[in-house]
Amino acid sequence: MVGLVRLLGIRFLTWLNSLGRATVLWANAMWWLPRWEGVRLIVTQIYYVGFLSLVIIVLSAFSIGAVLALQFYTQLARFGAEDAVGVGLALVVLRELGPVVTALLFAGRAGSALTAEIGLMKTTEQLSSMEMMGVDPLKRIIAPRIWAGLISVPILTAIFNTVAIYGGVVVGVNWLGADPGGFWSGMQEGVEIYEDLVKGMIKSAVFALLVTWVAVFQGYDAPPTAEGMSLATTRTVVISSVLILATDFLMTLVFYGDF
Amino acid sequence: MQASEHLIEIRDLSFRRGDRVIFDGADFDIPRGRITAIMGPSGTGKTTLLKIIGGQVKPDAGQVYVEGQDICSMNRDELFAFRRNLGMMFQSSALFTDLSVYENVAFPMRVHTNLSEELIRDLVMMKLNAVGLRGARDLAPSQLSGGMARRVALARAIALDPDLIMYDEPFTGQDPIAMGVLVGLIKELNSALNITSLLVSHDIHETVSIADQIFVIADGKVIGAGTPEELRAAPTPMVRQFMHGEPDGPVPFHYPADDIEFDVLGEAG
Amino acid sequence: MRMRTIEISVGGFVLAGIIALVFLAVQVSGVNTSQVQDSYAVIARFDDVAGLRARAKVSMAGVTIGRVRSIDVDMQWGDAIVTMDILGEPGNLTTDTSAKILTEGILGARYIGLSPGADEETLADGDEIVETQGALVLENLIGDFLTNIGKS
Repeated sequence: MVGLVRLLGIRFLTWLNSLGRATVLWANAMWWLPRWEGVRLIVTQIYYVGFLSLVIIVLSAFSIGAVLALQFYTQLARFGAEDAVGVGLALVVLRELGPVVTALLFAGRAGSALTAEIGLMKTTEQLSSMEMMGVDPLKRIIAPRIWAGLISVPILTAIFNTVAIYGGVVVGVNWLGADPGGFWSGMQEGVEIYEDLVKGMIKSAVFALLVTWVAVFQGYDAPPTAEGMSLATTRTVVISSVLILATDFLMTLVFYGDF
Repeated sequence: MQASEHLIEIRDLSFRRGDRVIFDGADFDIPRGRITAIMGPSGTGKTTLLKIIGGQVKPDAGQVYVEGQDICSMNRDELFAFRRNLGMMFQSSALFTDLSVYENVAFPMRVHTNLSEELIRDLVMMKLNAVGLRGARDLAPSQLSGGMARRVALARAIALDPDLIMYDEPFTGQDPIAMGVLVGLIKELNSALNITSLLVSHDIHETVSIADQIFVIADGKVIGAGTPEELRAAPTPMVRQFMHGEPDGPVPFHYPADDIEFDVLGEAG
Repeated sequence: MRMRTIEISVGGFVLAGIIALVFLAVQVSGVNTSQVQDSYAVIARFDDVAGLRARAKVSMAGVTIGRVRSIDVDMQWGDAIVTMDILGEPGNLTTDTSAKILTEGILGARYIGLSPGADEETLADGDEIVETQGALVLENLIGDFLTNIGKS
């Protein structure tokens, strides 16, 4: 019993220690706003982190939108409420699936790549040599990647939402034959710009922060061995996925919970 | 502050990593404009010494003066400014994998100077020419052999004409030809650019052939210092063992263990 | 050369994001010109709004002429006060207009249906629609029905 408490205590302290180091890393990297030189670096990173994630985001969004429309339609048609397909789809996508699925895909596609890249730079002493050249790797390597993530994820979420709704239109309206007028007007009536769209985008910004933070820290903090790196990439995906789902619940509670 | 003949003066250096003592009151004087080698068995903290001089690692006690400035008392910004006069070649070359050979050498110039693109180009070509790799400028680091990568790293280290250049295990894992090339380059650059070279190595033959001054370290202390000739004739048994590469001696062949009879024959024996 | 490709791709990426956001705001959330149009507020009291939401439509003869702005409860009288924004200048609704809470289909969204009266005078900004009929709540209807059967 004492042993268990001791173990938990040590675990907790180790965890607290990691959190502290991660915070220091983040604060050091983000303390200065990027200068002109930095903008170029950020643009390059947006390409790798955001643009290259487009394909997977668009494909997933389309199929999720299509599946949702199919499910909503078959259920709602039994009550003659086909017009509600649009609202249902839009609300679910804007509030939950858009931000959450985008962030999860981002963690798997770009987050793990970030961790591996930074870990490799550390293993091959690139970070160290940069430091020896009088260039701060936190500003040169870490900060642009964090900024790129913060910018890319909300953009990807907006694209995801749009494509998912388009997928719903293709299946619900063009294929199953829901009335386009009812579909769109029902959607416009039920969806509110602040309640649904803006709050969803706020969620995605928070997820972006979490995923890039975890990814960058795991790479920077990984032991410089092959084993340490593979562990770190796995951790990035696992930790950020759990964080995304947990904070999503919390934010939904705060945004939409009735207290 | 006297314009001393020593570029680097290290006094009473102590450093420990966990329970392991790396340095325990070690003193070094690195002469200006010469090639100085730090030698010693693996795991004696030779690389750590370079990191301490570069300010990447803070010692537990002691002072490190470079050009009369104390590295240990510098803040982050001062350190980054100081490092511009410093070139370092890492054991793994540490070339930036996402940049070409040309861009790797141009990197320090781009971040630290406002030189025009033409001027940078000329300088990069000169540096690459000095290491004989002008023709490889468009290659990616992954296309280079180990020896070539180190030569590019060397060109990058001298990109800003530093006062001090540090080599971390420059010969390790190189074929004899690449090793000969590197030995020649280090010597040549030192005399041509009139810079101070500090190299860390355990390859005795190559090091002895170029070093003006050698420090042998073991157990956190400097156990021998002097020119290669002086050290070869040193009276200290440990230095002799190291300089002549004898397998057994004061540094024992066996890791501390129980009596072999005990282990092989068991308690019953 | 390579940098150019990256810059163009990122430019396109950001542009796609902005277009997507505009699409979501205009086409999906229905932020349209109605915000810009003039409107005035009228209130109405209902004994039961049962699921009416803010931004639900207010219609007359099946045509949307406004939206619900807010729904509050009057604790003293125990009824709901619904504030609606009616499009256009005051003067298009008579004082004896009646308001009903209706449902689209059986399970659809609730909305307010207005029926015109015959009065000369019209409602001004902030006036109250007096004649109202709350939502038909299925449970209440069934309850009434059962009581009536029991009586007869």
